Amino acid sequence: MTVRISDDAVAIACGADDVAAAFIAAGVAVERVSSWGMHWLEPLVDIDGIGYGPVSVDQVADIINGNAPSLGRIEDHPFIANQTRLTFARAGKTRPLSLDDYYASDGWLGLARAREMGAQATIDTVMTSGLRGRGGAGFPAGIKWQTVARASGDQKYIVCNADEGDSATFADRMVMEGDPFMLIEGMAIAGFAVGADKGYVYIRSEYPHAIAKMEAAIKLSAHLVAPFVVEVRVGAGAYICGEETSLLNSLEGKRGEVRAKPPLPALEGLFGKPTIVNNVLTVAAIPWVLQHGGEAYAAFGAGRSRGTMPIQIAGNVKHGGLYEVAFGITLGELVHDIGGGTASGRPVRCVQVGGPLGAYIPPAQFHLPFDYEAFAAADALIGHAGVNIFDDTVDMAQMARFAMEFCAVESCGKCTPCRLGSTRGVETLDQIIAGKNVEANLALIADLSETMKFGSLCALGGFTPYPVMSAIKHFPEDFG
Amino acid sequence: MATIADILAEHKDKEGPLLPVLHDVQKMFGHVSEEAMREIAQALNLTRAEVYGVVSFYHDFRKEVEPRPVLKLCRSEACKARGVEALVPIADNQSRIKVEAIYCLGLCAVGPAAMVGEKVYARLDGAKFKTLLEAM
Repeated sequence: MTVRISDDAVAIACGADDVAAAFIAAGVAVERVSSWGMHWLEPLVDIDGIGYGPVSVDQVADIINGNAPSLGRIEDHPFIANQTRLTFARAGKTRPLSLDDYYASDGWLGLARAREMGAQATIDTVMTSGLRGRGGAGFPAGIKWQTVARASGDQKYIVCNADEGDSATFADRMVMEGDPFMLIEGMAIAGFAVGADKGYVYIRSEYPHAIAKMEAAIKLSAHLVAPFVVEVRVGAGAYICGEETSLLNSLEGKRGEVRAKPPLPALEGLFGKPTIVNNVLTVAAIPWVLQHGGEAYAAFGAGRSRGTMPIQIAGNVKHGGLYEVAFGITLGELVHDIGGGTASGRPVRCVQVGGPLGAYIPPAQFHLPFDYEAFAAADALIGHAGVNIFDDTVDMAQMARFAMEFCAVESCGKCTPCRLGSTRGVETLDQIIAGKNVEANLALIADLSETMKFGSLCALGGFTPYPVMSAIKHFPEDFG
Repeated sequence: MATIADILAEHKDKEGPLLPVLHDVQKMFGHVSEEAMREIAQALNLTRAEVYGVVSFYHDFRKEVEPRPVLKLCRSEACKARGVEALVPIADNQSRIKVEAIYCLGLCAVGPAAMVGEKVYARLDGAKFKTLLEAM
């Protein structure tokens, strides 16, 4: 009997190392694999496809003796069976650092196909797929690639943005910890397509497990992606470095301050050279797109949002985890049918989609389909597709205040609306919470939000008004 | 024990070596001192002000050593939704451990979450959090 237990950070944080050690101590072989993404069941123990979880050390003997209740076949679990896993096809099934496992599960086929069809055909395939940047902005990946390919320059770069700082997101982390070769393959394809021989993965320092896995995977696969070279760079605890121009400054060894655009990074990026900056999930989608073709990817999705989105269901939720599905699924389905409502058992009051810069959405809008344009029309954003669920104990005035506070802590300081506006926002919300001049102060917040939205250089100052104003709009009873 | 010169030598062929150098100095010495900044600036042909600007920009770099053990507690939205704020008074009621706020460990469906060094903890409640602090 071989027992498979994840070595993803979620599994480890929930005690997977102790559970694995208990199996080994009992003489059972343990394979450490990636996580299935059913986080409420971690540590999840997989024995010949049958799942047990969440498992604690004192249950190990019963599981070995066949006396423990099982979850049945993991692949048949509704949370897994109803997904469309393209990017996360290997999740739960392969050992993250096993090249054998990666080869056996269609690894490197996308890169081989790209090399076979040539650079321009590779870009055309990405164009056809309709793949849009998964970091939040939703810019078509093919157009970005084409721009870099056409830019003149002896040196070009591929930069993978793995500064996943948004609360309620963890898909990038799961890719890096669970399927690092896929990310390397995606970067190598991008490098081949645009003529770049150097790639950087910029990983936040809060992700030590992801850093270790990526560094190991880069060493193991260097000969397979050569002459393309990948290097990990570690962030230093600045949320703003998830913004692409600030990330480039950080990579260059500077303060992570935002750059004004233009020039676009595609033309003048890292060290002033043409650079693709793509999010982890964008890059990770590439090997599948190349292997199966652009049309096959574009066959999934809704409207102008093509393909699948690895949605992260988080916060106060019963069944939280990674849910990859074609665009178009509604928020209500995600929160109630898949997430199973709140972990606390209390009614859902709202969800925040898209991290600290995303709007708070009340249940009245749970009919919203997951689609870039549909969200934008409702004054909300998909962002990195984190869905954070709150029960009815949440104080929305405090959440609005936190949005401003977070912006103040993380502002790079370059532009005034963000740097000063966020601090003034905290002060004004404190007045409102204290019940002072509520109406006048709410008008001030609305005015300040307009200034931040239209006057900030990047999305940090520009989008902080989304959580603030949506909280005020949908939950006015919490303000004053 | 490596010196700053060793660290600089190790990263000399990197493009944009400042952050990797600062990470190693922080790790080795627990802070980036005034003298270290001067030495780094000299070696990388930067002004001391440029290096200081970078050190002071990023939350990870300290200008002084923190003598206490450090626990990083996630205070962002997903952990708030799962009740991290109820743990904060426990942290405030002691001074032996430095409890710092961190914004997201990517453990957002199993929070409240914390990190000590590179070790991660999830599903914290009052009792577990107290035990964790006491064991440090």
